[in-house]
Amino acid sequence: MTVALGVEAVARKVAETFPVTTITTDRDALIVPPESLLQVAQYLKDTPGFDFGYLTCLTAVDYTDYFEVVYHLTSLKHNHSLVLKTRCYDREKPTVPSVVSLWQGADLQEREAYDLMGIVFSGHPNLKRLFLWEGFPGYPLRRDYL
Amino acid sequence: MTVMEQFRNWLAGAMPDWAAYILAFIVGVVAILIFALVMIIVFVYIERRVVGRFQVRLGPNRCGPEGIFQLIADAIKVFGKEDIVPSKGDFWVHFLAPIVTFVPALMIFAVVPFHRGAVFTDLDVGILYVVAISSISVVGIFMAGWGSNNKYSLIAALRAVAQAVSYELPVVLSVVGVILLTGTLSLNKIVEVQTIPLFLLTPLGFLIFFLGTMAEINRSPFDLLEAESEIVAGYQMEYSGMKWVLFYMGEYGHALAASSIITTLFLSGWKGPLLPPFLWFLIKVLIVFFIFMWARATVPRLRVDQLTAFAWKCLLPMALINLVLIAAEVIWFPEMLPWMMVVVNFAVAGVLILLWSRLFALGGGRVEV
Amino acid sequence: MMLRTEPFVVNIGPQHPSSHGLFRLRVTLDGEVVKDLELVLGYLHRGIEKLAEGRTYTQNITLTDRLDYLAQMTNNWAYVIAVEKLAGIKVPERAEYLRVIIGEMMRLSSHLCFIGFFLNELGAYFTPLFYMFRDREKIIDLFDMVCGQRLNYNYMRVGGVSHDIPEEFVPALKRLLDEMPRLIDEYEQLLSGNEILLARTKKVGILTKEKAINCSASGPVLRASGVKWDIRKVDPYSVYDRFDFEIPVGSVGDVYDRYWVRVQEMRQSVRILKQALEQLPKGETKAEVPFLLRPPVGDAYGRIEGPKGELGFYLVSDNSIAPYRWHVRPPALLNLTALRELAIGWKLADAIVIFGSLDTILGEVDR
Repeated sequence: MTVALGVEAVARKVAETFPVTTITTDRDALIVPPESLLQVAQYLKDTPGFDFGYLTCLTAVDYTDYFEVVYHLTSLKHNHSLVLKTRCYDREKPTVPSVVSLWQGADLQEREAYDLMGIVFSGHPNLKRLFLWEGFPGYPLRRDYL
Repeated sequence: MTVMEQFRNWLAGAMPDWAAYILAFIVGVVAILIFALVMIIVFVYIERRVVGRFQVRLGPNRCGPEGIFQLIADAIKVFGKEDIVPSKGDFWVHFLAPIVTFVPALMIFAVVPFHRGAVFTDLDVGILYVVAISSISVVGIFMAGWGSNNKYSLIAALRAVAQAVSYELPVVLSVVGVILLTGTLSLNKIVEVQTIPLFLLTPLGFLIFFLGTMAEINRSPFDLLEAESEIVAGYQMEYSGMKWVLFYMGEYGHALAASSIITTLFLSGWKGPLLPPFLWFLIKVLIVFFIFMWARATVPRLRVDQLTAFAWKCLLPMALINLVLIAAEVIWFPEMLPWMMVVVNFAVAGVLILLWSRLFALGGGRVEV
Repeated sequence: MMLRTEPFVVNIGPQHPSSHGLFRLRVTLDGEVVKDLELVLGYLHRGIEKLAEGRTYTQNITLTDRLDYLAQMTNNWAYVIAVEKLAGIKVPERAEYLRVIIGEMMRLSSHLCFIGFFLNELGAYFTPLFYMFRDREKIIDLFDMVCGQRLNYNYMRVGGVSHDIPEEFVPALKRLLDEMPRLIDEYEQLLSGNEILLARTKKVGILTKEKAINCSASGPVLRASGVKWDIRKVDPYSVYDRFDFEIPVGSVGDVYDRYWVRVQEMRQSVRILKQALEQLPKGETKAEVPFLLRPPVGDAYGRIEGPKGELGFYLVSDNSIAPYRWHVRPPALLNLTALRELAIGWKLADAIVIFGSLDTILGEVDR
């Protein structure tokens, strides 16, 4: 069975390694501020014991106050999973660092999030709209579109 | 005395010589054209039914009893189509391409013997004429690809040129083997000389000629010119209406011509017991065409570099060895019993094919970009 | 003296006999060699994720049918697993067995389609396609018997399945399962040893293990590269832990391995189906679920091993009758991530074959 790692323990370990950032936990997810997302993700991918080398899913959700980008990570070696979330409070131009350098599977999913939600992923090599054409007004999947 | 000459002499009794010559010529041409065109239509119908049976389905069977009027219905439909010409393409090249592709297929029938002595003209260089004429249709395909102003057609046209050039050599070399055995270039005499069919005497030559011709007429598994899944109809893409029908009939015309040549050279033409010779000719042509259809319905397609590799690295060396072997047999053992020659040739063919299938790899790897 | 050559751009365009759906590849060619490849998607984008936010949870099951339109009930299954996780609903046992039976039949049907279309791209001129469709017809007739539909089934419900199977279903399925291994043997005999197929697919488009994991590939594409990862074994959902079956794993990760893995999976599906038919219990086929379901506030990610890969649904609920966020994790789109690196350096014909071996369905990619 793929065990979902207990977030409290993971949060404690991550907070030890990165004392500057504020790590909070949701019921079953680890919430990281966008500035330190890349370092925490790198730590989760490379540390033996975590080894999250497989990005299962990358999504974006629009809660009206903030945007939340959700990463479902899996480790093939230890067969455990973790949910990583990051919140971005800027409505005009939400920016989140891109994890394409760590997991290439994030490439098309980040383009889709940019296309439909308008979240800019800084550091993405080819951030173009995926499904809609360039010049489409607005971002359809936001709650205030239509 | 061929049938044509007898006919001409019979006519010369009633009119001056030059009139008899021209009238006999016209009658002969009309007879051959009728035969070729009717056979092309029959071939298309047979292909659709037989390939349908290979694919666990019936072919067309609604139009007329067992669907024999299907092709006529298709022809009527095609006459009514609009003739689209790409505006940026070269008009005259685009216009002449179907003609250049189709006509050589018909011209080959001028030297094929259908019946005892029934040849339109008994050229002394029959085989050379056939080989020369069949190379013209490649120019037509290239013209089609160029004049369409379309990248897919251009890719198809270049593939066609590569394919045709590569397969000319093994085909011609295996024909030279036949010429050495029979001692003549005239197709009529080649058939008359064959007491046993020549494919028993040169099995390797027969196989090489068969595969080479299959590649020359762009039939599966060598049909990447019109590889539907990649370049969608290739050189025919920009043609509609009557011009497209000329291409389509040209393809089957070439198949018919190729089957006729194979029958004439290797399967002893119209010779056979009991039935009239013309019927034997038709039966043998149909058998050869059946094998063409069988290969088309069953086997996937080769890639273009694998195709040219097959021609240059596999067929050409075997054709050269075959030629040397036949030449050796003809020069040094001219009194060898035909049956001994059959056994020796089959053994050598078997050994060569086994050897090549071990050593030859249809590789083609990745190119570093 | 060097010839001056110029690469040119070809559109393997939206209208093409071998695009599995409607999409575009912009290929830069140098002669016949592919230098660059660009995917242009979005021709089939219908905004399903936005539509789902305005419909109830049960109404959204019909939307999932339209995702991967060759293996539809597995889409339904993944979605209802996610909803059941969100709302904490338990499914009765007979419903679980019925779901497994239908899911494995769906996998058979999808893989038959794959073999047919894959060989079509290799140029076998529709012959294998007709054979595969002949067998797929038998499977679809069984589906017709169960839920009355041949294409958009809409069979799974939150908490179970919508109808029970009629009595003539089990004998008919047993007859099909008896002849299926013989048919698969016949296809393997004709196809897997064919020299032209081997020459076109062996060592072509090799996806290494590390690349496959990094690119989030899943399903047969991941297993062909040598990674033994099948959700039915590592994270068993439904009643899969009660069956005895194997996971075929490829060795090299080329196009031939992806084809071979799917053929072996068909055999394992037949095995699972036989065991499921024996173990099928009696009982009810649907749990008691309120008409307008209001799951508690939270989010859930439910996933299954579909025929194309790991199909997952991420649902966010805010205690209303419609989901707040409805997201599909499409296996076909993520398998396409590696297409560019796989195809560069090969010829145009190979690029099409590599694309076909990834088994993409555009309905799932574009949503």
